[in-house]
Amino acid sequence: MDLRAPEPRGGPAVTRGRILIDDVVKIYDPEGAAVMAVDHCSLDIAAGEICMIVGPSGCGKTTLLNAIAGFHDITSGTILLDGEVLCSKDKPKAEPGPDRIVVFQNGALFPWKTNLDNVVFGPVMQGKLGRREAVDKGRAMMADAGLAGVELNYPGEVSSGMRRRVEIVRALMNDPKVLLLDEPYRALDSLTKSVMHEALLEIYYRNKVTIFFITHDLEEAIFLGHKVAIMTTRPCKPKKVLTVDIPHPRDYGVLTSKRFRELIEETNDAVHEEALKAFQAGEKEG
Amino acid sequence: MAASRLNRILTSSVFWRGVASIVVFLVLWELGARSKQWMAPEFFDPFKSLLGAMGFKKDYLPWIGVVPAPSAVLASWTEVLTSAGYWTSWYKSFFRVMGGFIAAMIVGIPFGLALAVSRTAYGTFFPTFEVLRPIPPLAWVPASIIFWPTQELSITFVTFLGAFYTIVINVLGGARSIDQRYFQAAQSMGSSRWDIFRRVILPGTLPSIVIGSAVGMGITWEVVVAAEMISGGGSQAAGTGGGLGFFIWNSYVGGSYEQIVVGMISIGIAGYFSSELLRTLGKYATPWLKVR
Repeated sequence: MDLRAPEPRGGPAVTRGRILIDDVVKIYDPEGAAVMAVDHCSLDIAAGEICMIVGPSGCGKTTLLNAIAGFHDITSGTILLDGEVLCSKDKPKAEPGPDRIVVFQNGALFPWKTNLDNVVFGPVMQGKLGRREAVDKGRAMMADAGLAGVELNYPGEVSSGMRRRVEIVRALMNDPKVLLLDEPYRALDSLTKSVMHEALLEIYYRNKVTIFFITHDLEEAIFLGHKVAIMTTRPCKPKKVLTVDIPHPRDYGVLTSKRFRELIEETNDAVHEEALKAFQAGEKEG
Repeated sequence: MAASRLNRILTSSVFWRGVASIVVFLVLWELGARSKQWMAPEFFDPFKSLLGAMGFKKDYLPWIGVVPAPSAVLASWTEVLTSAGYWTSWYKSFFRVMGGFIAAMIVGIPFGLALAVSRTAYGTFFPTFEVLRPIPPLAWVPASIIFWPTQELSITFVTFLGAFYTIVINVLGGARSIDQRYFQAAQSMGSSRWDIFRRVILPGTLPSIVIGSAVGMGITWEVVVAAEMISGGGSQAAGTGGGLGFFIWNSYVGGSYEQIVVGMISIGIAGYFSSELLRTLGKYATPWLKVR
């Protein structure tokens, strides 16, 4: 099987945002209980690629994401972003930064700021844009994402689907190399979810960034991803890496296509096996 | 807009049930207070001997029979309204409450934030704080009178204590319960420590500051009244105004039961308006909470 990711199609080629995860190990509480969360995990994510990380809840996917984002340290191994070391054995914890923005599982829009103020937060904080320019850019990006009209509302006043879009716009305003999404659509109903998938792709086609997307939903993974990494349950490492050869741009027609079904069939067993293991190990949802 | 809102209130059953509840309460109170009159006929003799057998006074209903009737209270109130002493009492209590309360905010909010943000501050001050916290503010009255040069300051200090502990505990709890994700998001987007304090911790704690202040305000009114009763309210001359607590105490000593009730209701009103004021200010301070 060809493991190289296909070039993302449409728009200019992306030259930044390659993530190289090399032999990463994460052991929680190494002196005591020594729980291995990530086990010699290696994964190469091309610049501008949508890489879907699939695995049962609690398998250790988020640990990997936190290591890239710089929220947690790793025990050994190396993570590189465009050839530069984010973290390694000598420097176990990466510095969090605007080149890698996380969209959190339960959302992390500041409830005390309006949607627009949330969106302009990053560039203003970093001093990249003046408040005026940031507001102009923010309004334009929100309009592109179908968020015109809710700029001055608080996040609590709009639907959860809209909140997710606001959060993705807020992330993109930082002009990140990598977008790290941690099961962002988990709490949404399936109808909203399908709308959000197309909306995400649309945003992606406009702003090509590398996307590291965690999910436990195989269909979501194959529909969105250039590459799908199916992870083993604790400790976490790639069990099977699949290149999705359905061309982008994609729309919901893909879901009923023959190739989509074939890919699901090809991978379903692997995912199910891990889910079963996780269930038997008594991993709780979360 | 305003007219339709009024209309909605006037047609709501909740509103009228509330009105009915108050009216019935007043009528029963009036009847109870006049029990001496309507219990005069012989018809009530068996009931009276029953009361006597239970150890109560025979001539009127227990408890409510000694309370002045609402009509008498109202009459006494209209009389008092024109006296300077009554308004001085209001002013004095209000001044003490506000003084203690504002001091508690000025000291309590930064202190609570410092405890939440700094491990060193927490380790240094929190144990002492926790040792002192269970001491009821009123237990401080005698010590406070000794500590402070004027009675005014002693009473204000005790009201300060009433609000202080509540505000600190709320601020500390509120700041600590801010979700980790907000810090991580702010950090990723390039915030400095100061930015995080100003743009995450401060607004994230604001709802707890509002709640702590509202609760603290309630406590200051409880405390000020008791402190004024105990300390004599800073004025030994009757009727010149030593605060509402002293007004009640003075009315009791002077045997004017109507005025006791006038004082009680006045404090209720004062407490209600203070809390309402804080609630309104709180709503302006935390506009994002209006939707929840």
